[in-house]
Amino acid sequence: MTLANIWFFLVAVLLTVYVILDGFDLGAGVLYPFIAKGEDEKGVIRAAIGPFWDGNEVWLLTGAGAIFAAFPMVYAMTFSGFYLAIMLVLFGLIIRAVSLAFRHRDGSWSAVWDGAFFLGSLVPALLVGVALGNVIRGVPMDAQGNYIGTFWQLLNPYSLLVGVTGLCLLVQHGAAWLSIKSEGELHDRAWRYRKVSFWICAVLAVATSLATILTVSRASDNVFGRPVGWLFVVVFLAGVLYTIWQLFKADGALRSFVGSAIIIIGLAGIAAVGNFPDMVPARGTPAATSLTVTRAASGHLTLLVMLILAIVFVPVVLIYTALIYKTFWGKTKAGDADY
Amino acid sequence: MDALTLARIQFAFTVGYHFIFVPISIGVGMMVVLSERRYYKSGIPADRAASNFWIKLFTATFAIGVATGITMEFAFGTNWANYSRFVGNIFGAPLAAEGLIAFFLESTFLGILLFGRKKVSKGFYYVSAWLVWIGSLLSALWILIANSWMQTPAGYKIENGKAILTSFWGAALNPSIGPRYFHTVAAALLTGCFVVAGVCAYYMLKKKHLQFARQAIIWAASVGLILAIAMPFLGHWGALVVAEHQPVKMAAFENVTDTEDGATLWLVGWLTKESDGTYDTHGIGIPNGLSLILHLNPDARVTGYTDVPLADRPPIQATFQSYHAMIALGIFFGLVLLVTVLLHILKRLENARWLLWVLIACIPLSLLAINLGWMAAEVGRQPWVVQGLMRTSDGVSPLVSSGQIWTTLGLFGLIYLVLFVAWLRIFVGIIKKGPEDTAEMLEAEKGIAPAPAGAGR
Ligand code: HDD
Ligand code: HEM
Ligand code: HEM
Repeated sequence: MTLANIWFFLVAVLLTVYVILDGFDLGAGVLYPFIAKGEDEKGVIRAAIGPFWDGNEVWLLTGAGAIFAAFPMVYAMTFSGFYLAIMLVLFGLIIRAVSLAFRHRDGSWSAVWDGAFFLGSLVPALLVGVALGNVIRGVPMDAQGNYIGTFWQLLNPYSLLVGVTGLCLLVQHGAAWLSIKSEGELHDRAWRYRKVSFWICAVLAVATSLATILTVSRASDNVFGRPVGWLFVVVFLAGVLYTIWQLFKADGALRSFVGSAIIIIGLAGIAAVGNFPDMVPARGTPAATSLTVTRAASGHLTLLVMLILAIVFVPVVLIYTALIYKTFWGKTKAGDADY
Repeated sequence: MDALTLARIQFAFTVGYHFIFVPISIGVGMMVVLSERRYYKSGIPADRAASNFWIKLFTATFAIGVATGITMEFAFGTNWANYSRFVGNIFGAPLAAEGLIAFFLESTFLGILLFGRKKVSKGFYYVSAWLVWIGSLLSALWILIANSWMQTPAGYKIENGKAILTSFWGAALNPSIGPRYFHTVAAALLTGCFVVAGVCAYYMLKKKHLQFARQAIIWAASVGLILAIAMPFLGHWGALVVAEHQPVKMAAFENVTDTEDGATLWLVGWLTKESDGTYDTHGIGIPNGLSLILHLNPDARVTGYTDVPLADRPPIQATFQSYHAMIALGIFFGLVLLVTVLLHILKRLENARWLLWVLIACIPLSLLAINLGWMAAEVGRQPWVVQGLMRTSDGVSPLVSSGQIWTTLGLFGLIYLVLFVAWLRIFVGIIKKGPEDTAEMLEAEKGIAPAPAGAGR
């Protein structure tokens, strides 16, 4: 295990935790206009993610920072190459953050903030998956590691499929969270959405898997050719079965949420194993232009210092993350919304 | 316009915008800690109402600081890809550390401040206020480490055209981090004091919430005065570092054209361009003053910018003017706060309506001063993005087209404008509504209503 490989693993962990945590609040944001009836229920949904979403988003910021530090070439290539897509994600995150903070201090603009919350959740939830699709599929790059394709090339059918699947994955994850946090009619509605979106997601996941096996053989060969690839396939299937089992129970909300977290871990692991040792494979340009872990990695000292930082501070972060989830555990009441 | 110019405009605009909200967050964060401490000790509803009021102002600002900060983190990858490849080894680490050490702390305990009043104990709530504020000070530390490294690089070697870390502490504790950190944080806290003082001044003008306003204004003015006195010294420390490590920037600050013994310190001035690309200063200056303050010797030698070719010089006029405007504002702030404290002692503050208006005006003025300081520091560093190692023009993303940047620049302009209007409405709305009146406050208000200014407690 070289330091660079350890960092490949750690970046994957950071981003997976991000998808699990921010995933539920993004999903809740996408569902927000459909699931909430009336001002009270809207308030409950916002309060159900209110204390958590900002901390959840920091997993993305830290993940991006870790890529910048550990794999500068990957950071530079993806952010500048996927320019407009990244900027749209950014605008989404901006209006979303502000809408959550301002909505409830600002009655007269409430329609604007509701719209911003929905769009700001939808766009990142969709585009992050599209970006991932391209990273799995590979992109054309020059010798310096710049993306040399066009914006429209990024919107290829395969990546769009991954994007839609990802969106649906987060929606069903968010619906599970809302089922945990809500009561009464809102809960029943959320639980219905949770079931329906799960089944749609399952169909999409099958389609994506087939598309990957058929069109991105490098990735599927990597997964099926390695024991650890099989491990994640098993994790993924176990998550699916467990979730289905819980969906048939009346009180399965929390455990079905755990189930979808397991599914996310499985999928993220499959994606990571499928790409390794490439971080971003070349497609249509010579294989030497691929950004491999070794080629993209920072110097030894940087990786070492960062590893020490991570070993010391990730546990600390986990402790107070646990603390805040514990503090705000349990059903959100309408009254919690007027802080 | 070419992609480089547009990328620079976009960066300067978005970072300047971020830095409207950052100082208010850091500064009002201090007020949140102090008012929550008061409530923690007294336990009376009036103190809780006061604290809640500052928390509202704080969280409304913090949110937009968070939102616009994400832009900055992304900007390095999107618009400055070559720069990111060149410095990623060194620059990325503080950015990641900022997330891990500071942002998690801030955002987690912000959740408690926002939603936890009824859920957690008074002590836990008080500690959360501290942790959020400490988080913002730590975040400032890490990002300023990154920025200072670009001004005064240290602890690295160049290998295959990339800067490689050779000493973590060398890079983190680079020569300019000390003055930059303390000067910037002091500036932010000063802004916070002006926000507090300005809000209280408004209530005094409107004769509302007087009990609350009297309590806070004198506190803010005294702390502000201390900071305003410290400012020139912290700035001076920075100037010494600039003179040693970025002599061309120092030359631009004071328009020192040719290296000379006994350089002038300008108080105000306007520069006119000469045919050879140098500038002539017309203004009021102290002869030999610059040599004196930099080297404690009126005849000491100061480097001029003609020592380097034209292509290596920053825009002189912009650097000079922003630097001097910052200092002029700093002196003005000191005087305003001095008068405020004196009038308070003389119990005449509440009747000095002109001063109350000046205090309100100092809120935007202090934000202006802060951004002028950054302009001086950043424009004065040009044409280098990393001093002496990489030019700004070499750092830009090579394949991002100007059309793409135009598009996003337009969107930034639009979205940021709407957000600013919304923030201002909410911020002013919270102030207009004022802290919740509690029984005790009304009681106290009655008792002292006709009393002379400043008598409240
Ligand atoms: C001296 C202080 C300072 C400076 C120079 C900057 N920031 Fe900042 N930033 C803060 C001080 C701060 C803060 C006080 O910590 C903020 C503002 C309000 C807030 O929520 O946190 C913040 C928020 C903030 C966030 C959101 C954090 C979250 O989600 O909680 C990010 C990603 C950045 N910043 C990144 C940057 C970058 C990349 C900068 C450089 C170009 C930058 N900031 C300049
Ligand atoms: C928040 C306060 C800051 C302000 C107001 C500010 C302002 C500016 C301005 C006005 C420029 C443009 C100079 C020019 O092009 O002539 C600039 C450039 C730059 N600054 Fe800062 N800066 C700030 C903080 C930072 C920090 C903390 C960093 C790094 C961590 C940074 C990195 C850069 C970079 C990379 C450039 C080059 C891009 C460009 O020239 O536009 N800045 N900054
Ligand atoms: C009163 C006398 C002041 C002096 C002598 C002074 C001096 C300086 C100097 C020399 C720099 C450049 C440092 C560098 O480029 O490395 C600087 C930067 C800066 N100043 Fe001031 N300053 C003063 C007042 C103020 C005030 C009142 C504010 C804001 C409220 C302020 C905010 C800033 C900021 C934000 C920067 C950029 C960060 C940095 O480089 O430290 N300054 N100042």
